[in-house]
Amino acid sequence: MMSKPRVAFFDFTGCEGCQLQVVNLEADLLGILDHIDIVSFREAMKEHSDNYDIAFVEGSITRRSDESRLKAIRKNTSTLIALGSCAAIGGINCLKNFFELDYVRETVYGEKATSYETYAARPLKAVVPVDYEIPGCPISRNEFIYVLKSLLLGKKPEIPNYPVCVECKLAGNVCAFERGMPCLGPITRAGCGAACIREGGACWGCRGLVDEPNTDSQREILAKYGLDLTDIFRKFRLYNGYSEVAK
Amino acid sequence: MNETKTIKIDHLTRVEGHGNIDITIKDGQVQNCQWHVVEAPRFFEAMVRGRKWYETAHITSRICGICSIGHTLTSLKATEKAMGVVVSEQTRNMRKLLLHAENIQSHILHVGYLVLPDLLGAPSVIALSGSHRNEVMVVVRIHQLSNEMSDLIGGRTTHPQRPVVGGFAKWPTPVELKNLRKKLADGLADLDALVELVRANADRLPDFHRETEFIALSHPDEYAFYDGDIASTDGGKWPVEDYTRVSNEYMVPQSTAKFSKHNRDAYMVGALARLNNNYEQLSPKAKSVAGAFNLKPITCNPFMNSIAQIVEIAHNLEDSIGLIDKILFDGFIEEQARVTPKAGKAAASIEVPRGILFHEYEYDEAGVCTFANCVIPTNQNHGNIQKDFEGLVPQIKDWAREEIELTMEMLVRAYDPCISCSTHCIFI
Repeated sequence: MMSKPRVAFFDFTGCEGCQLQVVNLEADLLGILDHIDIVSFREAMKEHSDNYDIAFVEGSITRRSDESRLKAIRKNTSTLIALGSCAAIGGINCLKNFFELDYVRETVYGEKATSYETYAARPLKAVVPVDYEIPGCPISRNEFIYVLKSLLLGKKPEIPNYPVCVECKLAGNVCAFERGMPCLGPITRAGCGAACIREGGACWGCRGLVDEPNTDSQREILAKYGLDLTDIFRKFRLYNGYSEVAK
Repeated sequence: MNETKTIKIDHLTRVEGHGNIDITIKDGQVQNCQWHVVEAPRFFEAMVRGRKWYETAHITSRICGICSIGHTLTSLKATEKAMGVVVSEQTRNMRKLLLHAENIQSHILHVGYLVLPDLLGAPSVIALSGSHRNEVMVVVRIHQLSNEMSDLIGGRTTHPQRPVVGGFAKWPTPVELKNLRKKLADGLADLDALVELVRANADRLPDFHRETEFIALSHPDEYAFYDGDIASTDGGKWPVEDYTRVSNEYMVPQSTAKFSKHNRDAYMVGALARLNNNYEQLSPKAKSVAGAFNLKPITCNPFMNSIAQIVEIAHNLEDSIGLIDKILFDGFIEEQARVTPKAGKAAASIEVPRGILFHEYEYDEAGVCTFANCVIPTNQNHGNIQKDFEGLVPQIKDWAREEIELTMEMLVRAYDPCISCSTHCIFI
């Protein structure tokens, strides 16, 4: 019988909320444990091994000294998965990239600012090759299970490459634009079940862009509802500050 | 005794975020004992500048995955105060429910998944799930209940979407609230099983006492979570506006997080600090759980923080039942949040699982954020953890290296530190 795949979790700069979603799988997690061996998960266990097959990595890279640790993880694993928006697309940490780094440090640490190492926040793929991404702030637990199951079955996980609007329409939500809210649903990658619109808000773009975003259509929608691009652009930078479109 | 014992733990496990333990004992003398915070700095206070009033809570929620509800609500309260927005009684009660959900979730995660393995001599809950399946299932059920409760009131467990400036973007239905009420009652039964399990193993908690100052919110009408003034076991009350005079943040070389001190060289916040300040206002069930562990104010053993968390879970469950009754009795309506942004500056505070949290914001006429400051509970505890190191290591310096290591790990875990939260506090 083949031995169970060895799975490890790691984190860089982030809130650890995505690893918490894995813990939040509750009883399902106990079921999953029958099929994998978790060999490293610092947030939840003392045991640790550098011998693993699948690495889930949360958080953005925000200091040069992080790079060697990430490269070591890449070297140790055959499959590296970016867990959550910070790891997959840079996420909210990239907001600071729009300020001068000295200004950012001084805002928080004052005159001792230079003792605190930082550089422009970036996704994992800016440092090492990433095999798969599970975006979202936080990740969807279902998508995590889907990706892990696919890997266990030797299949390539495919996450949606159509906009949130598709899921939102299917769910029968009232369009956020109809409620007067600027929404990034038309260009953002689906997979969350339109989680924010469903709960009374609008899409913040946390899952990143679809591969070929129809920005013309987004412009048309904005024009139709009398919104200008600056509002949506500012909102777009919340999670997608690292993407070319935001620069 | 010619011997050198070195304890060097990089990235302590079973805590949120990154911290190191560094201890050297040579020839029976403690030469070095330090608690280091090595988390990457995050700079949230700078990131929200230039953002609109309805975005700040969304952004600062991302400070922490475990206490995102507390950050969201503290941020909303500060923004509302800055703009003169007064929320309804129903909104206040619903937010209190949501805070209870987070407190249960965070405390049971800490007690059940992170501390219990130490008490039962296992390396992790994953190992326990094989050896103590039934006990682990009790923990899982309480955790699941708190997560369902967060989903129902907040939209989801982490980074909730429903709470917005002025109220809620979406409400649970009365039927959903009634169903939740039933589950909370079942949760109290599960809690009894947890109390028994921990009580049977509580002798593994070290008997270490060090007098210190305990700081928490305090309110005349209730065991304070959502509202109150700043109170101290050394005596004194201060309005939340004066928070910087209480927290006095300062920087130390071994840490990317700031440390705090008030009356003494350090103070403690969190469940034990709340219990020490507000014991009398605990619910009846919570008091009986405290009695089972002989936990009374003022308890100066930091390891008892985990026990204070179990006491609070009882309070959270019981008070939630009362809040649901009140919301339904008062006549539930689906209110719409309406806010007109205006210029202003204000600070607000909430008791989150790890202790007292402060957010402060300033907005211009267009509702654009021009200033922000967040003072996080774990930051306020770092100094006290260091002082406990200095107090405890000399007492146990002759123990075997492994025993010292485990005890110091347990000490840090007892604080339930949330280190990734703590590394971006501002300087003003």
